[in-house]
Amino acid sequence: MAELTKKGVAGFLARQGILVAFVVFMIVFAIANPRFIDIDNIFGVIRSSAILGVMALGVTFVVIGGNLDLSVGSMMSFSTIVVLDLHDKIGPTLGIPVMFAMTMALGAFIGFLVGYLKLNSLIVTLGMLSAIHGLTLTYSGGKNMDIADKEGTWFGIFGQGSIAGVPVPIIMFALLAIVLSIILSRTPFGRKVYAVGGNGIAATFSGIPRARIVFMTYLMSSFCVATAGLIQASRSLGSQNTVGQGMELEVLAAVILGGASLLGGAGTIFKTVIGVLILGFIQNGLLLMGLAFYAQYVVTWIIIILAVWLDIAAKRGRLWSPIA
Amino acid sequence: MKKETRANLIKQGAIWAFIVVELAFFSIAGEFLSVTETAFMDFDNMLLLLKQSAPIGIIALGMTIIMINGNIDLSVGATFALAAIVLLDSMTWPFMAAIGDWAIPLAWGFALLTGVVLGAINGLIVWKTGVDAFIVTLGSMLGYRGLVFMYNGEQPTSHLNWTLVDFAEAQFLGLHTATWFLLGAALLLWLLMTKTVHGRNAYAIGNNREAAVNAGIRVGPHFLWNFMLIGFLAALSAVVFYSESGSVNPNDGMLYELWAITAVVLGGTKLSGGYGSIISTLGGVIAIQLLRKGLGHIGADTETVNLVIGLILIAVLFLDRQLNRKGREELKT
Repeated sequence: MAELTKKGVAGFLARQGILVAFVVFMIVFAIANPRFIDIDNIFGVIRSSAILGVMALGVTFVVIGGNLDLSVGSMMSFSTIVVLDLHDKIGPTLGIPVMFAMTMALGAFIGFLVGYLKLNSLIVTLGMLSAIHGLTLTYSGGKNMDIADKEGTWFGIFGQGSIAGVPVPIIMFALLAIVLSIILSRTPFGRKVYAVGGNGIAATFSGIPRARIVFMTYLMSSFCVATAGLIQASRSLGSQNTVGQGMELEVLAAVILGGASLLGGAGTIFKTVIGVLILGFIQNGLLLMGLAFYAQYVVTWIIIILAVWLDIAAKRGRLWSPIA
Repeated sequence: MKKETRANLIKQGAIWAFIVVELAFFSIAGEFLSVTETAFMDFDNMLLLLKQSAPIGIIALGMTIIMINGNIDLSVGATFALAAIVLLDSMTWPFMAAIGDWAIPLAWGFALLTGVVLGAINGLIVWKTGVDAFIVTLGSMLGYRGLVFMYNGEQPTSHLNWTLVDFAEAQFLGLHTATWFLLGAALLLWLLMTKTVHGRNAYAIGNNREAAVNAGIRVGPHFLWNFMLIGFLAALSAVVFYSESGSVNPNDGMLYELWAITAVVLGGTKLSGGYGSIISTLGGVIAIQLLRKGLGHIGADTETVNLVIGLILIAVLFLDRQLNRKGREELKT
């Protein structure tokens, strides 16, 4: 009996460890500095995590499907630059859907290469990271992109506006998370994503169109990237060409922290959201505790390794690896 | 068997054939398009090209071994930056200033030691926790970069030592110091991978880890050594580069891991491990640098370089798979 309970506790920790860690973090930070749980502070943290978070939602689909996406950072720069440029050329009402179409065309291209041609996703998206960066620079001519009339446009609403006191980026992040969570956990498509990532060969034999599912995950990822680009552009109404540089790895870190396995077949939208929030709140909490801004990177490093390590250890029932 | 060796020769020769094509293309296109009078195949230009390949090249050599092992290292860019800071900052320490030029080898030693220690941390974590190297080094990429920023904030770290600059800018038998380091490292690692037990084990582990374990190879310590080696090489790359430039920004070395992996993959090394060669990686490094210089030479914007390299990488992946599939079908019939 005692053993069962122990197993139950260990099992619970293994399943929900990241949630427990999150709660512990919040309590410790809140005790250390009451300003941490101030509503303005909490909104501020979620708002600044929203861009990373929206991208992480899409990458969650790709990772559960058993692939990687290293191109989201430079793709986000691309959509930010494009939408800012189109804003002045054809107006935001037309510019936003055109930007979404262009970004999703890139996603479709990656999905075609990885899904239908079955090329290694790490190398393909690595190549696309570089290629899309080149595309962005060619598009903008290497110059920063700015909206000419920053006062007289309603375009700022996606990044700066708020509805009933809640900032719009948070609302977009939450809505997208709810919709994608339903798609992933309650629809046949979502189950097929798990099946393809869990065991691609078995999925193919049971009649699941593997190529199309992988293609769709990249399309969804690029949709999320376009949304992130929209928020980014709207928030600053101007941008450098490298605004998303390096974000691909932070996004991946958030997804992994949420417990999605890089081998595919495991992970949920809810856990990814927790992963994003942990990264955001750690950064904020350390700052409030007076630590140097960059110390958060070191802490993030330790947390990622610990999270994944404990996850694996719980699964194999041993703390240390069996590698000789 | 004979067919297989021929296929191998074609594969190993492909990157050099690509380099020849690049040279021919840029020389001919340069005649018509170039804004400058000098020819692309100018001897000094080629020497400079080798020198400029050195920083990424030295890292890519180490990445080859890591990838033959079936691992990957995303933290080399951050290791590069931290080693550079240690190199330049250590020369300003009081006791170092007191010993004159003897400070130089000591500073080099500190920087290289930094690289080895950072590599060892990665290797130990991979060995002891069993977490995938991709995740471990993704984490340490953030962590090491954090250390870089904590060292000196967002300020550049600078220290110019003229003896050191003279050494780094020297040319011996026509080749620059950096080129000698690149070629020397390539030679040593080629010997390591082809003539020693360690090299043979690296291929065996990458090919089939379980079989290697059953054959009595100790996989964990083997990983550790290789991560220490790539840490050392990332630091060596920093030492060679910053001896000359004398100033390092905290963002330096970002995306170097991706450039190094690109060069290694262009050279034909398999991501899944068990296959690859040091010499081909050297070819991959030179091919990328040629592309950069060549596109500049024919007046293309520097931004198109990223576009072209990205597409070439994907094309290589596609071609490689088609060739392999063809090979397997031939074996069946």
